[in-house]
Amino acid sequence: MRWSSRICAALAAAAGIITTPGVQGRAEISTAARLQAAPQPPSSSAPRPAQGPPQTAPSAPPAPAPNPPAPPRFLIVLDAAHGGDDIGGHLSNGTYEKNATLALSVRLRSLLGARGIQVITTRESDQSVDLNRRAEIANHADAKACLSLHVAETGSGVHLFVSSLPPSTPTRFVAWKTAQAGWVTRSLALAGVLNSALLHGQVPVTLGRTSLPAIESMTCPAVAIEVAPERDADHKITAEPDDTDYQSRIAATLAAAMLEWRTEVHPQ
Amino acid sequence: MIPRHQIVLFSILLLASLGMGGMLWHLRQRAHERLVAGADSAPTKAPEVAPAVQATLMVANDDDNSLLGQVHSLPLPADPGARARALLGRLLDLYAAPNATHPVPGGAGSVSQVFLLPVPDTAGKSFAARRDSGPQLAVVNLTGNFVASHPSGLETETLTVLSICGTIHANLPRVTQVRFLVDGQQRPSLAGHADLTRTYLVLDAVPSEAK
Repeated sequence: MRWSSRICAALAAAAGIITTPGVQGRAEISTAARLQAAPQPPSSSAPRPAQGPPQTAPSAPPAPAPNPPAPPRFLIVLDAAHGGDDIGGHLSNGTYEKNATLALSVRLRSLLGARGIQVITTRESDQSVDLNRRAEIANHADAKACLSLHVAETGSGVHLFVSSLPPSTPTRFVAWKTAQAGWVTRSLALAGVLNSALLHGQVPVTLGRTSLPAIESMTCPAVAIEVAPERDADHKITAEPDDTDYQSRIAATLAAAMLEWRTEVHPQ
Repeated sequence: MIPRHQIVLFSILLLASLGMGGMLWHLRQRAHERLVAGADSAPTKAPEVAPAVQATLMVANDDDNSLLGQVHSLPLPADPGARARALLGRLLDLYAAPNATHPVPGGAGSVSQVFLLPVPDTAGKSFAARRDSGPQLAVVNLTGNFVASHPSGLETETLTVLSICGTIHANLPRVTQVRFLVDGQQRPSLAGHADLTRTYLVLDAVPSEAK
């Protein structure tokens, strides 16, 4: 009876049904990813805790079944720029950039969470976060994408920026201020996916390279996203970057782009 | 009876007073002559103006996040540093004009100085060789007023920095690196985004299609 309980518990944990305290985060990610990406058909051989012991004899326990490979971890870091004393820019309606980026970050986090993507944010309130601390959060998370969110009053649509550091081969030890150099190629690929999604959503996009300290220390595919006002053909503003509907549209498009990016990073 | 020593002292003081009066009169006359001579030396012909030359300005456009080379004819001084400052002044005048493609207030007075220095890490060349023919580092000293009034945003700040780098390199090809100061001091960013602490390599910073 004891043997059967252990086998049952081990198989159940491997299937993501039971989580242990030490691996709880990973189990949650695995379950979410499986639900979103490829639902497993119910297996008649899969043991269930409520179904009692398996049909194997206690006297001759079978060799433990190899654990199925855990679905790859897919995590995104959202960095709402500025915050606290650092107000960023001003929009024409008087809104501070720090508030508009936080609102966009919260919207995008919700949409990504609803799609089964784990998200870490650098700030959840109006607080000052050092630029180095933002990069530390991203680097410790081992994220598959890092999005630095900005808003601006100039230009139109969405501006995508990748670090202007020259690409280099990732190495084990990298200089802090140029750590992004090893990921620039992947960052450009991420910007391409975001660009395609935004154009598909009929949002004007401009692509560029810049020197932004917040992303140049990140060791992940990193793109700075700057939401500019929506303008009509006469160049008049039809929606400010902090407009709720406008931000929701942008966030939904970015969330769709992240699903596309996940299939590129972890092809099924 | 006046004592003899008092008569001598009075005489000396009288002579000294007369001497000082004469000296003052003489100095007054000299000052008057200098004033008259200055009035006579007023310019009678216009100062020489440097001939207008063709210069390429890398003008930013916020609509498509681009830099476009525009050829302008303008008089430029012979000194390379002063020439770079004049070029940037003209560029920033374009940005300060109404209906600019990259609106930034400030104008020509926003650049205090431009210093041109030999790039320090050129291996195998003497200082004299580097000074005369080697690559140069341009240090652009912006005014605090310009930075304080610059619009905040990734795109607009990046375009300002890149257009300055591109304009200097287009007209002074020896300049391969650009650094920025604000009122003579290093500053973290232009208006909260574009990094001003690093050295910009103009060949990497300016997209090839814009050159």
